[in-house]
Amino acid sequence: MPHELTIGFLPLVDACLPILAHEHGFAEEEGVSLRLVRDVSWATVLDRLLYGHSDAAHMVAPLAIATTLGRGRPAQPLSVPFVLGLNGNAITLRPEYARRLRPEGTMGDAAQAGAALRTIADERLAAGDPLRFGVVHRYSSHNYMLRYWLAACGIRPDKDVEIVTVAPPFCADALAAGEVDGICVGEPWNSVAVEQGAGEIVLATAQIWRRGVEKVLALRERVLDEKMDAVRPLIRALCRAGRNFVDPQNWEVNAGILARPQYLDGSSELIRRAIADRLLLARDGALVHYPDFMFQYREAANFPWVSQAEWLYTQMVRWDHTPFDVEEARRAARVFRPDVYRSALIGSGEPLPGASSKVEGSIRDRTVVGTQQGAMVMEANRFFDGMVFDPHHLEKYLKSLP
Amino acid sequence: MRIAIVDESAARASIIQEGLATLPECELFVLTERRGLVARIGEIAPDIVLMDLGNPSRDVLEEYFAVSRVLDRPIAMFVDESDNESIAASVEAGVSSYVVDGLAANRIKPILDLAVMRFNAFARLQRDLADAKGKLAERETIDKAKRILMDSRGLPEPKAYAEMRSAAMNQGKRIADIAEAIITAHRLMGGH
Repeated sequence: MPHELTIGFLPLVDACLPILAHEHGFAEEEGVSLRLVRDVSWATVLDRLLYGHSDAAHMVAPLAIATTLGRGRPAQPLSVPFVLGLNGNAITLRPEYARRLRPEGTMGDAAQAGAALRTIADERLAAGDPLRFGVVHRYSSHNYMLRYWLAACGIRPDKDVEIVTVAPPFCADALAAGEVDGICVGEPWNSVAVEQGAGEIVLATAQIWRRGVEKVLALRERVLDEKMDAVRPLIRALCRAGRNFVDPQNWEVNAGILARPQYLDGSSELIRRAIADRLLLARDGALVHYPDFMFQYREAANFPWVSQAEWLYTQMVRWDHTPFDVEEARRAARVFRPDVYRSALIGSGEPLPGASSKVEGSIRDRTVVGTQQGAMVMEANRFFDGMVFDPHHLEKYLKSLP
Repeated sequence: MRIAIVDESAARASIIQEGLATLPECELFVLTERRGLVARIGEIAPDIVLMDLGNPSRDVLEEYFAVSRVLDRPIAMFVDESDNESIAASVEAGVSSYVVDGLAANRIKPILDLAVMRFNAFARLQRDLADAKGKLAERETIDKAKRILMDSRGLPEPKAYAEMRSAAMNQGKRIADIAEAIITAHRLMGGH
């Protein structure tokens, strides 16, 4: 009798691993059968997880931490034994603004585009109609990446520009209707806005933080403990799905699977582009290849680094305007569970990092890192402004931010 | 008490509304449009917002509830798959965090229960309707297959039906499936 797990997800390309683990039979082969439940808002995905309608969920990483800390609702401890991917989001602006931020036909430079945006933000602020951005959730990596970029470019979020929540499937509409001037969202929703002529892509979030944590697999802590025998095979299956996902031979088939009505219910052409790191930045332009737009599998991308959880906590403190609290930071760090990841993959041949935490943003060139199993080379993981996040000095890091 | 019902299905919203109309001292507002929703809720300033757990506007509303100064502490209630256990779980898990000061849980419970009952009644209605539609389509399929058997093998009507029934029983299938197979086979053999 195989174990059964129900997994909630939103229709986004980065829900790919659970979907492919199911469709390619990796989950069944590992001994766990999956039931996938699609929703359209993160609030619903989270509720289903908390009410026990689902065992695990595809989730924006900061939301797992916010839920554990009880931000906006009673605290419910969640655990993240697997990261579902890095980056894969973009910033898309109304065409007239996008053209002022970057040369035609290429992604912008994060610093230069930010400087140009600052001029526009000032104009709009002076006119009494501040620029308005849409992000997918207040506790999303999109929100934190966008804010990180704006603040580093001298644009104060909530003061110089407004940031509101728009659900991913409605982002293109909100841009077209003028409800927002820009969006920070995952694929395929930037491309949908581009196809409609409502916006043009300016930056990939990978340009803000080259290896930024994005979606995670979240479970209630209690459920993780109770269902460990099902979670370990699930992690192995997700890892196999990751290996399958990055192989160009499988792109066509995988895009077709993800496009099905029960999953993303969208264009397999747009999904294939996101998988292949190829994007149409403007409706009448050419496809642009931006390597590692969405990062999967390589460099143990799915390993839940404790330092990533801690970075997210610093951003939560920063933008919720709450005091830094050592005990809270400890609880936030504890959400990411590298121990579970390791216990699932030991003996599999997949590289297992030797450390559970790393200094984020410090790698400038290819670096061989110590592992417990397998060999691993890490590439640059820089923040665009050159800042380095040392998880041993959270408070000092917070003080150094603009 | 001011209750806002947010539901993109106007039919379901009106069924919930009808159920709640029996409550004393309640003013009901039905919102079915996604556009301008936040502004409308701001105008209404409800004590309770009733909405489907799967409503697409939830992230937007939660953001609004979290930062809003106008609407200090509204209540959101979620109506879906609701047995008592899941209501209890939802209250534990955070719905209670939206409770307005001084509005006790025992005042909310009956409203929620009633809304859930109406919600489920609507879901049942939809299911019955779908079932009925499915049955009608099956009926037509079976009749068509029956005619094929009658025409091609010269069987009388009761005999044709009996043959399909015994085939279904022997193969552990439904008659509708057998009928479907007959129609497909007939088409492949060049029939119409």
